[in-house]
Amino acid sequence: MASEEGQQHPLGIYFWIWGLLFVVSFFSYMVDYIGFQGYLRWTLIIVFMFIKAGFIVAIFMHMLWERRALKLAILVPPVAICVFIVLMALEGDNTFLTRIEFFGESNFVAEPVHH
Amino acid sequence: MSEAAITESGDVLPGGMKGVVTDYSADKQSFHVPWGKAMMWIFLLSDTFIFSCFLIGYMTVRLSTTDPWPIPSEVFALSFGGDPIPLILIAIMTFILITSSGTMAMAVNMGYRKNRKATFWLMLATALLGASFVGMQAFEWTKLIVEEGVRPWSNPMGAAQFGSSFFMITGFHGLHVSAGVIYLLVIAFRVKNGFYEKRGGNYEIVEIAGLYWHFVDLVWVFIFAFFYLW
Repeated sequence: MASEEGQQHPLGIYFWIWGLLFVVSFFSYMVDYIGFQGYLRWTLIIVFMFIKAGFIVAIFMHMLWERRALKLAILVPPVAICVFIVLMALEGDNTFLTRIEFFGESNFVAEPVHH
Repeated sequence: MSEAAITESGDVLPGGMKGVVTDYSADKQSFHVPWGKAMMWIFLLSDTFIFSCFLIGYMTVRLSTTDPWPIPSEVFALSFGGDPIPLILIAIMTFILITSSGTMAMAVNMGYRKNRKATFWLMLATALLGASFVGMQAFEWTKLIVEEGVRPWSNPMGAAQFGSSFFMITGFHGLHVSAGVIYLLVIAFRVKNGFYEKRGGNYEIVEIAGLYWHFVDLVWVFIFAFFYLW
């Protein structure tokens, strides 16, 4: 759909996405404000994050209307990051267990935050 | 060798620097967008990898430390006289950046409509919102360093890696926002002064600047999720 004319779309769609980003950002802030913990917290954070990122890339950055050659060239390489995340998560976990094994539990005493 | 050559199909290719230019420009165009836009996308892809490396590094040190990780909700709370409100400044910064993304999207749209005045003002608004974001970040850094004693090598609230991850990630993002503000201002004033009218009235450049700006917002979405909320 992209042409020599460039990316021209009705203004309405931008206002909709703008509003949506505000609402989703508010929800993700609420996750912290309400104080959800554990898997519920992490799931909500990830879901809201991907909703926001998806709309920014698809609509604001016009990726939705680009030709597939460009979409693939830009969106496929980041898949390698997923592999990197898995590798480093395993590595971090291994380091943690090694530290516990050889140095024992932390005896760090945290000071309260001053405001 | 940089001498002239003859291809299999019989075309004569020039040598020297002219040959370099001929060779690099001879390939068939793959992306049917202006070259500046394709290059901006490729630059943003490389930037994606840089920020991913920072965030993955942060994940690794946070996973591997045995000390408790400082609770961002408490560290970044701000008191306006009463009880401290968790993450309030970060929330305001998030909304400012989203607002600036919206004004930027409008600017791109107005650019394609060749409405120079509206494009200029919207880009100026975007740049000002970006500058206020950097200002709030400077405030946040100052508060963390001076009042809470966070250093890249230690902090009183928990794992030492908190400081280095924080300064590295938000610092690099802040640098991107600052560069973006300058970039937007340059383009905005060129639009206003009719610089692009002399070049055939093509406002594709506004969209390219917009891509960069939306990317800065995009990175913040990930930093907000992984560093502040996690």
